[in-house]
Amino acid sequence: MYVAVKGGEQAIANAHRWLADRRRGERETPELGVAQVEQQLRLAVSRVMAEASLYDPELAALAIKQASGDMVEAVFLLRAYRTTLPRLAETLPLDTSAMRIERRISATYKDIPGGQVLGPTYDYTHRLLDFLQLANAEVEAPAAAEEPLADCPQVLELLDAEGVIEREEDDGAEPYDITRDPPDFPVDRATRLQMLARGDEGYLLALGYSTQRGYGRNHPFAGEIRLGTVEVEIAVDEHESPICIGEIEISECQMINQFGGSRETAPQFTRGYGLAFGHNERKTMAMALVDRALRAEELGETASGPAQQAEFVLAHADSVEAAGFVSHLKLPHYVDFQSELELLRRLRREHAQRAEAAGPKTRSDDSSVPVTGADTDACHTTPSDPVKEQQA
Amino acid sequence: MMEPQRRQRILALTPRERLIEHWQRLDIRPDYRCVRGPEVGMAMVRGRMGGTGSAFNLGEMTLTRASVQLTDEAAAEAPLGHGWVKGRDPRHAELMALVDACAQRRCWQAAIEEGLVAPLARALDAERAEAARRAAATRVDFFTMVRGE
Repeated sequence: MYVAVKGGEQAIANAHRWLADRRRGERETPELGVAQVEQQLRLAVSRVMAEASLYDPELAALAIKQASGDMVEAVFLLRAYRTTLPRLAETLPLDTSAMRIERRISATYKDIPGGQVLGPTYDYTHRLLDFLQLANAEVEAPAAAEEPLADCPQVLELLDAEGVIEREEDDGAEPYDITRDPPDFPVDRATRLQMLARGDEGYLLALGYSTQRGYGRNHPFAGEIRLGTVEVEIAVDEHESPICIGEIEISECQMINQFGGSRETAPQFTRGYGLAFGHNERKTMAMALVDRALRAEELGETASGPAQQAEFVLAHADSVEAAGFVSHLKLPHYVDFQSELELLRRLRREHAQRAEAAGPKTRSDDSSVPVTGADTDACHTTPSDPVKEQQA
Repeated sequence: MMEPQRRQRILALTPRERLIEHWQRLDIRPDYRCVRGPEVGMAMVRGRMGGTGSAFNLGEMTLTRASVQLTDEAAAEAPLGHGWVKGRDPRHAELMALVDACAQRRCWQAAIEEGLVAPLARALDAERAEAARRAAATRVDFFTMVRGE
C-alpha cells in the first residue's frame, strides 16, 4: 500500500528563511557580492564551471554564493540552470596551441621554446597562513617584463617530430555527446574525456593518485601544463568562415607515459590528456592520469587497478549524480523501513522458535542459513543498475 | 580574415561598456528592429585529444545572438546585421548586430572602421601585450652552477 504523506510546508518555508539568514550572516558585515566571488574566489569559480559543464563565471559565482560555498551544491545549481538554455551552436575544437599563455611549464625539458612561465601559481608559496590578508593589506600590481612573452609551441609537438611519442591525429569523427544520449558502456575516448571533464576533482585526484601508487601504474611525466585564454569560434550560416564569439580561460595538461608498441610499431611514449574550463591545473593533471589509465585496453595492458575500470570510474565520477543518489537517502523511506522491520521481526521470531525447539546446546546450526532482508527499495544493492531507483 | 568576421571578432572580444562608449561617439542612430533575439543560449565547446587529435565535447558555454534590420528606409532590402557573443548580455549582442547592419551602409562604413573597429582593435592589442609582458615577467631564467675541480 502506498500512503501519500503531505505536510511540512510551514516547516520548509521557515527552514529556507533560516538558511537565507545563515547565508547572509551578521548584518553588520558587508554582504558578499557576486562580482567579489567571481574575481576573488576565481579557482572556486573555475571548479564549479568545469564540473557543472557550463562556462559562465558570473553564474558560477552566483551559484557559489547561493550555496554558501558548498561546491557540490553550486555545481548542481549551475548544472540545473544549464538545462534551461537552448543549444545554439557547437564550437570548432579549441586550438590550445594558439592559447594566450599565462602559465606554461614542462617537467620533461628545462629549455623549451618560450621558456618555463610560472604565471599566477600557488606553487613555491610557503603554505603559511598570510595574516596580512586578515587586515586586507594593499596588493601590488603584477610585474611586467619589457618584452611580451614569445610564442610557446606545444612541448609534445617537439617529441612528436622525433616520432618517440604517439601522434594524436584527427579522425574527423563527430564526438559522442553524453548530454544528448546517455553513455552506453563500453564508451570511446571522446565520451570518456567528456565525462572526466565534468568529473568531481577530488574523485579524479584520488584515482590519479592511485595509479601513481601502483594500482595501474603508467609512470607519468608532466610533459606540459598550460593555462591561458583561447578564442572560441563557431560556424554560422550567415558567414562563410567561422566567427570568433569571444575567449575563455582554459587549463590543459599533457602527460607523457611509458611505452606502448607492438611487433609492427616501434616503442613510443603514450599520452594522457586533461582539459578543463578556467584555472583548474590539479583537475587537468588528475584527468590526464585517469585518461591514460582508461586507455589500458586500447594499449593492450592488463587492467589491474581500479582507475583502469572504465565503467566503474566513469559511472561514479559525476558529483551531481553521486550527491543526488546519496542525498535521496534523506527522503522518507517510512514504508520501506516498516517492511524491513516487519521482516526482521518475523526472522527473529522464527529464530527464537527454532532455538527453543532445538534446545540450548545446538545453536551453532542456525548460522548456516544466511539472512538477507528483502529490499523493497528497488536496487541500491545491485551495482549493475544503480539508477533504476532514481527513475522510478 | 574577411571584414565582417574581423569586426565580429573585435566586437565580441571587447567589453560591452567600452563598445557602447565608442559607438555613442560615432552618433549613428538609425531606427531598427530585432528580427531574431537577442537570444541567450549555449554553445558546446569542443577540445581535441592531446591538443591535436580527434574532437571531444568539453562542456558548454553561454552564448547570446541577435539579428537586427534597419527600418529607417522603406526598401525591403534594408540591411540585416548579426552578432554573436559569449555570455548572457543581450545588449552586447544586439549592438553588435546593429553595428553589422550599419556597416553595410556605404555612408557609415569608414566611420565604423576608423572610429570603432580600429580603436577597439588597438585597445585589445595593447591589453594583450600588457598581459603577455606580465606572463613574461614570470618566465624562469635558469642559472647553471659550475662546480670547481
